[in-house]
Amino acid sequence: MIKAILIFNNHGKPRLSKFYQPYSEDTQQQIIRETFHLVSKRDENVCNFLEGGLLIGGSDNKLIYRHYATLYFVFCVDSSESELGILDLIQVFVETLDKCFENVCELDLIFHVDKVHNILAEMVMGGMVLETNMNEIVTQIDAQNKLEKSELYLQHLWGSRKEGGRTKTSLLQAGLAGAPARAVSAVKNMNLPEIPRNINIGDISIKVPNLPSFK
Amino acid sequence: MALKMVKGSIDRMFDKNLQDLVRGIRNHKEDEAKYISQCIDEIKQELKQDNIAVKANAVCKLTYLQMLGYDISWAAFNIIEVMSASKFTFKRIGYLAASQSFHEGTDVIMLTTNQIRKDLSSPSQYDTGVALTGLSCFVTPDLARDLANDIMTLMSHTKPYIRKKAVLIMYKVFLKYPESLRPAFPRLKEKLEDPDPGVQSAAVNVICELARRNPKNYLSLAPLFFKLMTSSTNNWVLIKIIKLFGALTPLEPRLGKKLIEPLTNLIHSTSAMSLLYECVNTVIAVLISLSSGMPNHSASIQLCVQKLRILIEDSDQNLKYLGLLAMSKILKTHPKSVQSHKDLILQCLDDKDESIRLRALDLLYGMVSKKNLMEIVKKLMTHVDKAEGTTYRDELLTKIIDICSQSNYQYITNFEWYISILVELTRLEGTRHGHLIAAQMLDVAIRVKAIRKFAVSQMSALLDSAHLLASSTQRNGICEVLYAAAWICGEFSEHLQEPHHTLEAMLRPKVTTLPGHIQAVYVQNVVKLYASILQQKEQAGEAEGAQAVTQLMVDRLPQFVQSADLEVQERASCILQLVKHIQKLQAKDVPVAEEVSALFAGELNPVAPKAQKKVPVPEGLDLDAWINEPLSDSESEDERPRAVFHEEEQRRPKPRPSEADEEELARRREARKQEQANNPFYIKSSPSPQKRYQDAPGVEHIPVVQIDLSVPLKVPGLPMSDQYVKLEEERRHRQKLEKDRRRKKRKEKEKKGKRRHSSLPTESDEDIAPAQQVDIITEEMPENALPSDEDDKDPNDPYRALDIDLDKPLADSEKLPIQKHRNAETSKSPEKDVPVVEKKSKKPKKKEKKHKEKERDKEKKKEKEKKAEDLDFWLSTTPPPAPAPAPAPVPSTEELSVNAVTAPKDEYEDAKTEARGEEDDAEGQDQDKKSPKHKKKKHKKEKEERIKGKKKSKKQPPGSEEAAGEPVQNGAPEEEQLPPESSYSLLAENSYVKMTCDIRGSLQEDSQVTVAIVLENRSSSILKGMELSVLDSLNARMARPQGSSVHDGVPVPFQLPPGVSNEAQYVFTIQSIVTAQKLKGTLSFIAKNDEGATHEKLDFRLHFSCSSYLITTPCYSDAFAKLLESGDLSMSSVKVDGIRMSFQNLLAKICFHHHFSVVERVDSCASMYSRSIQGHHVCLLVKKGGDSVSVDGKCSDSTLLSSLLEEMKATLAKC
Repeated sequence: MIKAILIFNNHGKPRLSKFYQPYSEDTQQQIIRETFHLVSKRDENVCNFLEGGLLIGGSDNKLIYRHYATLYFVFCVDSSESELGILDLIQVFVETLDKCFENVCELDLIFHVDKVHNILAEMVMGGMVLETNMNEIVTQIDAQNKLEKSELYLQHLWGSRKEGGRTKTSLLQAGLAGAPARAVSAVKNMNLPEIPRNINIGDISIKVPNLPSFK
Repeated sequence: MALKMVKGSIDRMFDKNLQDLVRGIRNHKEDEAKYISQCIDEIKQELKQDNIAVKANAVCKLTYLQMLGYDISWAAFNIIEVMSASKFTFKRIGYLAASQSFHEGTDVIMLTTNQIRKDLSSPSQYDTGVALTGLSCFVTPDLARDLANDIMTLMSHTKPYIRKKAVLIMYKVFLKYPESLRPAFPRLKEKLEDPDPGVQSAAVNVICELARRNPKNYLSLAPLFFKLMTSSTNNWVLIKIIKLFGALTPLEPRLGKKLIEPLTNLIHSTSAMSLLYECVNTVIAVLISLSSGMPNHSASIQLCVQKLRILIEDSDQNLKYLGLLAMSKILKTHPKSVQSHKDLILQCLDDKDESIRLRALDLLYGMVSKKNLMEIVKKLMTHVDKAEGTTYRDELLTKIIDICSQSNYQYITNFEWYISILVELTRLEGTRHGHLIAAQMLDVAIRVKAIRKFAVSQMSALLDSAHLLASSTQRNGICEVLYAAAWICGEFSEHLQEPHHTLEAMLRPKVTTLPGHIQAVYVQNVVKLYASILQQKEQAGEAEGAQAVTQLMVDRLPQFVQSADLEVQERASCILQLVKHIQKLQAKDVPVAEEVSALFAGELNPVAPKAQKKVPVPEGLDLDAWINEPLSDSESEDERPRAVFHEEEQRRPKPRPSEADEEELARRREARKQEQANNPFYIKSSPSPQKRYQDAPGVEHIPVVQIDLSVPLKVPGLPMSDQYVKLEEERRHRQKLEKDRRRKKRKEKEKKGKRRHSSLPTESDEDIAPAQQVDIITEEMPENALPSDEDDKDPNDPYRALDIDLDKPLADSEKLPIQKHRNAETSKSPEKDVPVVEKKSKKPKKKEKKHKEKERDKEKKKEKEKKAEDLDFWLSTTPPPAPAPAPAPVPSTEELSVNAVTAPKDEYEDAKTEARGEEDDAEGQDQDKKSPKHKKKKHKKEKEERIKGKKKSKKQPPGSEEAAGEPVQNGAPEEEQLPPESSYSLLAENSYVKMTCDIRGSLQEDSQVTVAIVLENRSSSILKGMELSVLDSLNARMARPQGSSVHDGVPVPFQLPPGVSNEAQYVFTIQSIVTAQKLKGTLSFIAKNDEGATHEKLDFRLHFSCSSYLITTPCYSDAFAKLLESGDLSMSSVKVDGIRMSFQNLLAKICFHHHFSVVERVDSCASMYSRSIQGHHVCLLVKKGGDSVSVDGKCSDSTLLSSLLEEMKATLAKC
């Protein structure tokens, strides 16, 4: 089980925190601080495993981290996870972020922490690894983004068609509350031909290729 | 563009979105808290608005603030509001906020139950997905109970995306609601063989997680996992399975034997380090579990150690670390194999990486022997000197102490050396572990009698230099050592060379700067010293000397009386009065020494931990009985003591019958003594104090310690431990020479004595006799104490609840609670059919219940037996994992039917929901929620029918005679409502029997299809001896049991009493799937009734349509478009006129009969997708205009496409 996933920068500022066990906000901050303290004082070329996150339960747990430019990605896991496997997972996570944000940098994580959460949710669920295939993750994220986009787009179209006279602001306020489902499909259909061109997906085969062999 | 516009308008509309908030916070670095509190006020305003978009935005911001450490529990209700938004965009924001901030204590969480249920059954997979993800973070016992059934249904969802999430979340559900484990387990097990690798991996994940906590319940799955291990190529899955095996092997050594070979193969073949590492780990676990009787296990150990050495020598620090970690596991059982790599490990001690150094230290712990202890500790001591960081130095310190003190100082041959090491360690500045050193000093001095003299001399030296210690290390823990030093000098003052000197040292004014508890010990032990000095002086007749000492006491003690520490003050004033009294007596020339020493007479012995708990209750004492009558219950205070007693009672080991107890104990004691006596190097314990009282005259027989005179007893100043190393070497050399001489004489004797006990030190160790024959006083235990380690288990362990026997038959009471009414959305709909359907499915259930229960019990019992047998069989040493030979002769069928038998339990109650799920999928892709209800209904019926059909067949396990004797009553009503279409098509029929069949492909086998044939007995005779013979063609052939010829019939593994039907499954291998196939076959059987038996035959033609090679596979529109654009597909089309059926139903029909899924639907035009078992993509564009339908198809194989279109044309023509 993965107990927690933390991302913070070189100064210990949290960029994402996901705890799979309930902790109070204060404890969470303390854990982040402590973890940062442990991780930040380590040299670059030492191993990526650390024992003894004191706050997140006991000796069974390990911190597995990677340092990318300005960010630390830290996974706190128990003994049922493979250490090298998790290192690989972090790599997949970062590569996925890179794909979704196009050259991801700290700023992306700062301003779009919600999106990072959504990506993470496709990889790890409730502390267990859900998907390790990057293509599959990206496919799902893209499909969800498309759905989101179509909802917002629809909002716009639907609003302008029905109550064209009003200003945008009021339109949206009125419109977002509950758009009839029929409108959804109508707009979606209108928009159909565009969609495939916008999004490019590599592999439609259902077979998930093996993980690129771990280190 | 449009999106930009929307974004722009949103920006204008809201005061701030998340990005603005983040930007704002970054711009207000100085007054961040103030700015955020201002933002929270704004958010509160936004949450008050009705607009869901504004609310969602506010909640999104709150989620960010939560990450920064702000409590957002006050917004829990608003979060729920956003969760219930109809838009996915907002729903996702709501669920994210909930997953970040909800926990079991959130009181509004129970309001979410219905919303989550609604989302779980949403037609959009992403609504369901987001609900599952959210729920996994905040599931509570109540939610788990209420939603378990819904989630279980989702485990069979058509979309792998949902399936894998549903499977994963089940683990959380089990944790919160352990009752759900048994009913859900069969399905979970099924998912281990799911066609989708993601789902499979999720199921492996969950079962591994479960099995890690309670491995014994999952042993029966070992064959299945073994199969997966040898077949899977997914490294994630492999790692999980291999880890699981690591947990299982300790329970079943036979499993280990079976594993060694494939694991060794993997170790040799894999290039993935992670996999290699886990394999090595599991091999180690296997080897630990195996007794050493395994013939080639030294080879495996060598292989492991070899591979680990490669890891440790790698430049990658991660591999080095893991290598050391795994090495430490081998160390526990095979220390010798590791000890040969001592050089490598010592090298790692110099590594710049602290983690690696710590791991290496761990290894050292196990590598020491009597021979190398001094050398290793010496090396460590040099590291202590070099260590820069205090944490690492502290770690080194504790490790040194651990290493030396392990298993009752087993490896220490010279305690003087150890004491001097401890004294050297006190020079460490700024260590936190002063108390550890102190504890060791005390322990050694108390338990090793022979060393007391030496210890006391060292301690008095320490006390003498106390001013150094106290001044420089006041604030850190090293002064704790003085606590021990003072106590030792006081308690064993008879060994002091210059007691007076020490007394003065302890009474120095500087002492008052020490912490209170140490001063207290000083005060107390000063008196002990004083007493012994008095005695000395009086014996020597030096009255003045005695008086001088008393005067010194009277002069110096007041400084302690003034202490701020209560303990010190109290003791000091007490003692001051005592000494003053003695002074008066001394003035009168009364001898006092005897009386003063009497104050401290007797010896203190160490008491074992838990000794108190292990005191057995004397016979006739009932701790639960009230000594006095309890007071009236009205007083609440009464309750508490009772509870306390009750608890205590549970923990205490139950007193066994005393006779047997004593006998047994006596026996054991004797055995132990024997064992110790046979072991010349066992450090004998002195008789326990109780014993000593019994045979008091025996005191003289306590072995008198021979102190090696080559070791100088008086060490001037602080000793250097190094000198001991040299001395030790010399001593050993002498000893060896002597031994060599002796050995020649005793050679034979020694040979006999060598292999006695596995925990004996290694051979080379045996050569080294301890420098001193030392007594180690064992810790005191109450007489009759029972040796037990069971009291270490934590009763509050959450995983304990999951310790459930999964092989036991499922009782009705264990079924998951099923929500009786549908969710709000459907109950609002005016249509009546929903409750009707429900009633229909409910009725037979009740009728069936008893009947079912009986059968199930039987079935289960059998199954269990069979399982146990299977496992045993599987584990029996035959190397290739051949399929279990079971009653039925056809292996493939057998396997399938076994699976079927395990599955059905709850399939029935899920039939309804499952049908719903599947239908959701049929519509899944088109967003139109208002699909005609009647279609749903029909679809449902079909589905139900199909499942019932399956069910019916499963009720009768193949070859079960007793089940066959009972007529199945509920066969009749199903016939009445047989829908116009069913996936089972008529194969052949006559007056005896009706054959229907369904052909199913699976993605796992690219050239195999399973033909399920339902045989229904329509006559009044019993049908038996049924045999199916099929004439193979070049392209298609039936899989027959090994050794049978093509012309032999394949027996049907059951008999049919009148009116009963059952299903048999056969596997066919198909070479090419691009064209339809027809196979001729004959069913021969014996019909037996009262008049006699007749031999009958029924010919049939098995039609393998191309559609039966297709597997419903979902596809996304974008992937679909890409596929079409790729241009690799050939195209063809077909047109059918005169169709009156609605387009919706038409699509449903194509989906159902030809295994397609709808990708996208626009009005009366739809694109559909399917995939063949050999991986051909098939794309369709179905258009309807008026009453004609045209189907355009694209497929990677043109022949396949044309055959398919022909079949489709036939289907459509019937509409």
